Amino acid sequence: MQLTGAQALIKSLEQEGVDTIFGLPGGAILPVYDPILDSSIRHILVRHEQGAGHMAEGYALATGKAGVAMVTSGPGATNIVTPIANAHMDSTPLVVITGQVATASIGSDAFQECDITGITMGITKHNFLIQSAHEIPRAVAAAFYLATTGRPGPVLIDLPKDISQSTMEWWYPESIEELDLPGYHPEIDIDQDAVARAVELISQSERPVLYVGGGTLKSRAHQDLLAFAERTKMPVVTTLMARGAFPDSHDQHLGMPGMHGMYSAVTAIQKSDLLISLGARFDDRVTGQVSSFAANAKIIHVDIDKAEFNKVRRADVALQTNVASALQALEAAKASPQNLDVWWKEIRTWQERYPLVYDEPTTEGPLRPQHVIEAIAKKAAPGTIVSAGVGQHQMWASQFWEFEEPGTWVNSGGAGTMGFGVPAAIGAKVGRPDRTVWCIDGDGCFQMTAQELVTARAEGIPIKVAILNNAYLGMVRQWQEMFYEERYSEVYLSADLPDYVKWAEAMGCVGLRATNLKEMHEVIDQANQINDVPVVIDFRTDSSEKVFPMVAAGASNDDILVHPLLRGGAQ
Amino acid sequence: MTPEPFLGVTDRTPVRHHILSVLVENKAGVLARIAGLFARRGFNIYSLAVAPAEGNAQFSRVTIVVDAESAPLEQIVGQLDKLVNVVAIKDLAPRDALERELLLATLSVDNANRGDVLDVATNTGASIVDVNATSVTVMLAGTPGACDQLEKALEVFSGVELQRTGRVALPRLVQTATA
Repeated sequence: MQLTGAQALIKSLEQEGVDTIFGLPGGAILPVYDPILDSSIRHILVRHEQGAGHMAEGYALATGKAGVAMVTSGPGATNIVTPIANAHMDSTPLVVITGQVATASIGSDAFQECDITGITMGITKHNFLIQSAHEIPRAVAAAFYLATTGRPGPVLIDLPKDISQSTMEWWYPESIEELDLPGYHPEIDIDQDAVARAVELISQSERPVLYVGGGTLKSRAHQDLLAFAERTKMPVVTTLMARGAFPDSHDQHLGMPGMHGMYSAVTAIQKSDLLISLGARFDDRVTGQVSSFAANAKIIHVDIDKAEFNKVRRADVALQTNVASALQALEAAKASPQNLDVWWKEIRTWQERYPLVYDEPTTEGPLRPQHVIEAIAKKAAPGTIVSAGVGQHQMWASQFWEFEEPGTWVNSGGAGTMGFGVPAAIGAKVGRPDRTVWCIDGDGCFQMTAQELVTARAEGIPIKVAILNNAYLGMVRQWQEMFYEERYSEVYLSADLPDYVKWAEAMGCVGLRATNLKEMHEVIDQANQINDVPVVIDFRTDSSEKVFPMVAAGASNDDILVHPLLRGGAQ
Repeated sequence: MTPEPFLGVTDRTPVRHHILSVLVENKAGVLARIAGLFARRGFNIYSLAVAPAEGNAQFSRVTIVVDAESAPLEQIVGQLDKLVNVVAIKDLAPRDALERELLLATLSVDNANRGDVLDVATNTGASIVDVNATSVTVMLAGTPGACDQLEKALEVFSGVELQRTGRVALPRLVQTATA
């Protein structure tokens, strides 16, 4: 069967089980947009290529499958660089297809030419510049294999226009050997010696903590984690990337560690004698000052990526495997710590003394952002997916929303990409149309990518967006207040400019506003009634609210600052 | 044949260097991937040599001398190994490696110092590979230390144009005890 390169590309995506492409056409990718008309794959036409990338990420985080985005060459390709970098930092499986100028024009500064494989070399797991139509099936199959195995990540395929127009005899790789990846071996035999040493360390431990990272979700190890944690009675913390890997309602769960983590989670790590890191990478937002991080703890480091071992913190036992296999091996060996009653008693004291708190809401407003999140959560259907942008609202969402299952928290961790929330929510809703999807956003973030609500309306993707509108770039404002003597520099945005309700309406969405408690409850109820179009709510929140607890950048986790309401006594 | 003694560190060689012999797929852009990785992770490359691998057009061998002060070797190897086009990495400690490098130098000579050049060449084991009325080109294939010595010895001559290849290396052969 003779196919054009363009047809071969679409057919290859079908072979990989792709049901959705997020994209925007242009000159160099034009040939590929023709066979899309005849394909079963749904194409979602975005309004900016960055939106396509974040939607594909949201789709991937909510479903566990690779997200697919397709854009044209030059500016189309550079506009999707931010989502690629974001996916690279968070190990999100993504396949990005970019058009490229014709082979003969490459290197000539042709119209809309850019060296996207060069640009994305450092922010992709791998990328391909296709040299012939015959290669297309192999490149697509390899891209999905690379994106979804080992440590997942984004893979880019750059497809020159003449190649998508040329013809090939259709074939598709039937085995991994045919992918021609002699340097890629994601399957790893678990090191039983390391398992035995881990079991030994666990058996000596009186103060262990399970430090659960995003790799736990990536390897779908939540059931293994639950079984292991419940049998061993160990306390669990889930990082920003692992929210949902262990139920927040579980009484062994201490919450999120790190810069804005729960006091009990941060302090349990600090005082632990054994830290079992499960697909976490000792990120600076978790460790604070590395030298004083869990200073007396032995480290068992489980990661699929051996380059994570000893990168930040020396591991006493490094176990290279996926989290699920590691937990199964530890469970099979019946790894058990010492009696943890004393440890738990201590942890319970911290939990009682330093819960998550915020100032009493006032009837007339402005609203407490934390209260808004709690109110939305209370009225949300079970299994609701939450996305967020980056900043204060993201930290509050992670703190105050109770995550009970994997795939319900969609956020930008490592890269900290403002504007992630709206497009990621759209992607998540496309991947899980059965679920309610709320985007908890900030006013600064919303302004970066809000135009994708036009996409959401046009494509019939009814997400709900809660803007916690405090009229500021809130997190930067918080730092300026705390560390720059309240010298506020370029952080004021205005609560009324733009008018978010009118903007929402102009984009075909329902726009609502709440300035006091009564309105807050009303608009949430209203939003929950609307299931056919996107809803945007402008919640007017108190700009002086800060995220606590907080560990200042580079400070020791021992110097965690709790909410002012909890201060006074010795910490 | 007795192996040459390990020459130890010289003033041109970093204090703690390691030699990575890296087998890579012979594909477009692979060298850029390696160089880019070193640049963005802040790893220092001391020298780098690339050539097709033994009898196989599909692969190339890249010999990288890395500055193990700039980052832990484990981190360099771990990150390098993640490049999909990297097939195998052999890490050679200097004491376990047989290292060689090639030096070419063209010197301006006149009748007065032509003999001195010949003396330096003879004393360092270099050979004369090209001559004309005003210049001489010498070549040395030897240990990095020997190349350092020759380079130093040539400093007294004027108009020196000098080129070194960067080192290549193979593991030293294991010596079995003889009765």
